[in-house]
Amino acid sequence: MNILIKQGRLMDASQSLDQVKDLYIADGNIVAIGEAPADFIADQTLDATGKWVLPGLVDLCARLREPGSEYKATLLSELRAAMAGGVTSLACPPDTDPVLDEPGLVEMLKHRAKSQALAHVYPLGAVTRQLQGQLLTEMYALTAAGCVGFSQADTAIVDTQVLWRAFEYAASFGYTLFMRAEDPYLAKNGVAHDGEVASRLGLKGIPSAAESIALQTMLRIAQATGVKLHIARVSTAESVELIRQAKQSGMALSADVSIQHLHLTDMDIGFFDSMVHLKPPVRTQRDRDALRAGLLDGTLDAICSDHTPVDDDAKALPFAESHAGASALELLLPLTLKWAAQAKLAPTQALTKITQTPANILGIAAGHLQVGASADVVIYDPEMEWRVDGRALTSQGKNTPFVNHAVTGKVTTTLTQGKLVFQQETLQSR
Amino acid sequence: MYNPQLNAQGQLQHLLSIEGLPKRILNDILDTAENFVGVAEREVKKVPLLRGKTVCNIFFENSTRTRTTFEIAAKRLSADVLNLNVSTSSQSKGETILDTVNNLIAMHADMFVVRHQQSGAAHFIAQHVPPHISVINAGDGRHAHPTQGLLDVFTIRKYKPEMHNLRVAIVGDVLHSRVARSEIHALTTLGVPEIRVIAPRTLLPTDVEKLGVQVFHNMEQGLKDVDVVMMLRLQNERMSGALLPSSQEFFQTFGLTPERLALARPDAIVMHPGPMNRGVEIDSAVADGKQSVILPQVTYGIAVRMAVMAILGGGNAA
Repeated sequence: MNILIKQGRLMDASQSLDQVKDLYIADGNIVAIGEAPADFIADQTLDATGKWVLPGLVDLCARLREPGSEYKATLLSELRAAMAGGVTSLACPPDTDPVLDEPGLVEMLKHRAKSQALAHVYPLGAVTRQLQGQLLTEMYALTAAGCVGFSQADTAIVDTQVLWRAFEYAASFGYTLFMRAEDPYLAKNGVAHDGEVASRLGLKGIPSAAESIALQTMLRIAQATGVKLHIARVSTAESVELIRQAKQSGMALSADVSIQHLHLTDMDIGFFDSMVHLKPPVRTQRDRDALRAGLLDGTLDAICSDHTPVDDDAKALPFAESHAGASALELLLPLTLKWAAQAKLAPTQALTKITQTPANILGIAAGHLQVGASADVVIYDPEMEWRVDGRALTSQGKNTPFVNHAVTGKVTTTLTQGKLVFQQETLQSR
Repeated sequence: MYNPQLNAQGQLQHLLSIEGLPKRILNDILDTAENFVGVAEREVKKVPLLRGKTVCNIFFENSTRTRTTFEIAAKRLSADVLNLNVSTSSQSKGETILDTVNNLIAMHADMFVVRHQQSGAAHFIAQHVPPHISVINAGDGRHAHPTQGLLDVFTIRKYKPEMHNLRVAIVGDVLHSRVARSEIHALTTLGVPEIRVIAPRTLLPTDVEKLGVQVFHNMEQGLKDVDVVMMLRLQNERMSGALLPSSQEFFQTFGLTPERLALARPDAIVMHPGPMNRGVEIDSAVADGKQSVILPQVTYGIAVRMAVMAILGGGNAA
């Protein structure tokens, strides 16, 4: 199947590309940019005039809820959401039920994802069995089964000796650990940032120090063990500064921020809006500004969706009893570009935070439009203005704190491995 | 600013929190309550303002005292009263809070009085009821207990009418206290210039200063020249462990004794939302002393709750 994407604005920082050109796809791969290869006859032509043609997005954290929580979402529903959001590669954390701590489970997930032929799914295996923080998983076997790294999801390893051993063991094989920093005791029962808003609303707070104390421990152990460490979903100004200092000292580590934390603050909780119940909690404007600055100066490397579909019943509860999480796959791109516009950053530079850089962190071949690459391509209408409506999301989780936020730009077409898997018009006419 | 308690005309639709309520509404409630104080002294302790209306006390968390005062207030307004102790019934069978509320809506209740262990529960219910139903927050988690806050300021106004000239101290477990938050908002809105909170750091919320209060960790300094001392209830489970070493040490450092009360102004009044822990928060000599207004607080509580119900039910005259 040969596809020609005509006259789109091709944007790919990896090859300093930002030009209106044609893109040629054959047998699932990008075969040429600009000039048609010899003997190329298009079976299908997509007119991208006035639109952007981008590499498929790479998301460092998207929960698909399968296995175990199919009432919240299914692999199919969330991979369709990924397609609607232009996310063609995604890493899923191991907090499924059962936990991704056995090679057989990983193989099954990979197989089922592959059979859908939508987004590429890259599982992160559990660092410890059942995520209980006591026994290490078979990281070597899990990697052989398809894990690209390891994570504890939202569960901390309390025992610092186990943490040290996990870092040492992963370092032996060069595996990357994707760790969220949060001291479980300081965060216990917390549901919001510990500050003025939580105090006023009478919500149990999670102090910023819960993150920085755990982060300092991890940085120290990473330094001692030489593990490849990725700090997931940084939420505080203090953490940004700690990561900045660590990087300046020559330590090799990476970090990401969620799209929610890049745009929201604890003030958005308003009158107990459970849609803003997130993990980690959204923090103050000062923290949000520091996250934005950290992303701009390269302290933070990537933006993830932290996609966490939650069923309606689990959000229809008083704030503290509601389940944390937001559906975000479909908002990752427009909200990243909204941040870029606010930060006066060129879109191409902003796009690296959700394409090339996360691909490098995961160690996968994705996130660019180079000739020879898998044709994971997104066509994006930068002019389309819309307001976010949770009910209109493709994801089974209709929970988003961005309801009624105005955004500009929408994915119109997504291709995975040269196959047309999403077209907005098609979907609307169904 | 949008306030979910007010309708499009700026009138009270629900009473969920004192925060954000304009001074005119607080004064309206307090003035209406003045009229209701006398009802309890009449031979027939009833007015017909809510005749034909059904008030439903939905208590997801036990509280005999608060539920009783709401029940008396509703009955004195001639309403029919339903009491639901949900903590021991529906929820234990798996029913959600919305299921419970929807059932009561289907039974044509007109007013919900809600107590819940989670902050924001009253807001949540108010968002899900049709416009003809009013919700009164009877205490949600650590967030708010607006009628208690109102009855406290009503009591203060009775004894100290010059609100703009007062120095008020709130002592004890502010961290877990919905009453303290409501009192602080009520006093601030009514123009009390100096509100102090006195407690160890472990019992104070983060950034409590931003609520407009001065912080003291020393009882003697905090009580100096105050006009009103509001003691807060300290719950047993918080008295030993990481929040406080022991109840004895709390009493030694923050208990209200006659000697400490002597540091306040000579005509200072002592308040407590009850039930009291004698010998932990307050010495019996103070609790039963001549400066104590703890029992009048209870009496005024019924008048204030009548006022709130009457206003929400559409009338405000006794």
